[in-house]
Amino acid sequence: MGGFLVQILNGLQYGLLLFLISSGLTLIFGVMGVINLAHGSLYMIGAYLTYVVAGATGEFWLALPAAVIGGLVLGAVLERILFQRFRHRDHLDQVLLTFALILLFEEARAALIDNQFHAVQVPPVLDFSVPVMGGFAYSAYRLVVLAICLAVAACMVAFVERTRLGASIRAAAENPEMVDLLGIDARLIHTLVFAAGTALAMLAGALAAPLQSVYPGMGDGFLILSFIVVVIGGLGSIAGAFWAALLVGLIDTLGKVYVPQLAGIAVCGLMALVLLWRPTGLFSRA
Amino acid sequence: MTRLTPRGNLLLGLAALVLASMPFWAEPYHMQLASIALVAAMFALSLQILVGAAGLVSLAQAGFFGIGAYTVYLFGGRVSIFISLPGSLFAAAVAAAAIGPLVLRTRGFYFLMASLAFGQMLFFLFHDTSLGGGADGVFITRPTMIWPVSRSARPAVFLLLNLASLSLMYLGLWWLMGTMFGHALAGIKINEDRMRALGHDVQRLKLAAFILSGALAGLAGHMAAVTDAFVSPELLDWHHSAEALLMILLGGIGALHGPILGAFALTLVREIGQSVTERQRLVEGVVILAAVLLLRRGLAGWRR
Repeated sequence: MGGFLVQILNGLQYGLLLFLISSGLTLIFGVMGVINLAHGSLYMIGAYLTYVVAGATGEFWLALPAAVIGGLVLGAVLERILFQRFRHRDHLDQVLLTFALILLFEEARAALIDNQFHAVQVPPVLDFSVPVMGGFAYSAYRLVVLAICLAVAACMVAFVERTRLGASIRAAAENPEMVDLLGIDARLIHTLVFAAGTALAMLAGALAAPLQSVYPGMGDGFLILSFIVVVIGGLGSIAGAFWAALLVGLIDTLGKVYVPQLAGIAVCGLMALVLLWRPTGLFSRA
Repeated sequence: MTRLTPRGNLLLGLAALVLASMPFWAEPYHMQLASIALVAAMFALSLQILVGAAGLVSLAQAGFFGIGAYTVYLFGGRVSIFISLPGSLFAAAVAAAAIGPLVLRTRGFYFLMASLAFGQMLFFLFHDTSLGGGADGVFITRPTMIWPVSRSARPAVFLLLNLASLSLMYLGLWWLMGTMFGHALAGIKINEDRMRALGHDVQRLKLAAFILSGALAGLAGHMAAVTDAFVSPELLDWHHSAEALLMILLGGIGALHGPILGAFALTLVREIGQSVTERQRLVEGVVILAAVLLLRRGLAGWRR
């Protein structure tokens, strides 16, 4: 029972990281109508940035603000010089452009750092375990990751649901033309959303760095899973992304533990069911 | 999507004749390179049915290619190519018929994401389970040919086999795109809702295109497996699908013969790139950027 509880916690924590990644993806889709296949690479960049920052300063906690600030800057730059121009291109161009970004990011990573696996140490303050149940213990760092992700999710929901700017973003996701007509600066919103999405993906990478190895192509698995989350949750829906991410995180984690050969397929099966039942996702208004 | 005029087809036919004459004058290495390009052309051409004709950008195509290739592995050299080839076609068609109805419930970006996810599901099937001989790939026994092929004759024989397959596939599709089916797909690409309002069973047309496209990708996969005698889960990875899309864009999304030009161009660029630099991804990334930003109509449309 205690072991099962540990796996549930693992699944929730994985799902919450997945939420950080897919919430950015779903908002970028919803608001800008841009598909970004390089979103998984941003997660990888966040993890490598953590490896570099934590290695250079010896202080893991500096990596988190570095990932967020770096993400905001990188996202804003990418949006201004590339994605803004590609909003109105067809899907094929967007797919290939962002595929090229994946290749170039990977190449830059190989040139600047290397192609090796790296470990990032769990911060010493949190390098202990909390007993949960029946003799099973749980890593304190993982609990803190869970808490940070929940806090970020709460902030996002509060921001999008309660503030004026958040209302503009929701409006832009729902009806982009209307936002233009209302005199809201759509360009600013696009840059903001893209920068925030990038920062969230990089923060997820930074948080995940001590949990797993930092390695080339580590964002690939997350990219597929976060696409599945967006399909299940519904385009542009934060709440949808949240619940779908938890569901996918739990199924993937429990699947890997109890039926390791079928974990990848189980998640896709879930998506197949959702597509049969509600082709536009669980939380879409359409 | 435009089709070549008879004169254009004649030019393509001349190019095919040059390739067919390679056994008389070319090195085995260059014949193998031509085979790589021919297989890539078949793969990209299969996807063109969806992308160029019906306007559906699918990232599941590599999954069907891989199923065609792995079918050869699963036969294990016990059958002749006359069994393994229809076997690959059939297996890929079945997979496409299972996945098609699900992904085609979605449109636009959803279709893209759903096709990516289902394609990766096929990837996991061969990567994570023992069905396909493991994550690192596996050498296969080729199906038997009409008569035994000696090692030294292989490059020439496979070149001609691949050339024949591609030619048949291209001519078949050239004919098909001139039929009502081809015109209906073009209508769906331009305005799906109008086609529906006109009384066409859009869903069924799209499904037919999806299955045909998947089956032909399986054929390409079969030829790849027979040529290389090696299969690996990488064949099913979505990066491979993206490469097919790149060939389509490079060659011209608006022309049926575009993917063939694109496949040869990309194979050539890669070959040159390999001799210049170790950084293959850099070469490919720059090629994509150039294609997306500069070559909007692809090689097939550069004169217009």
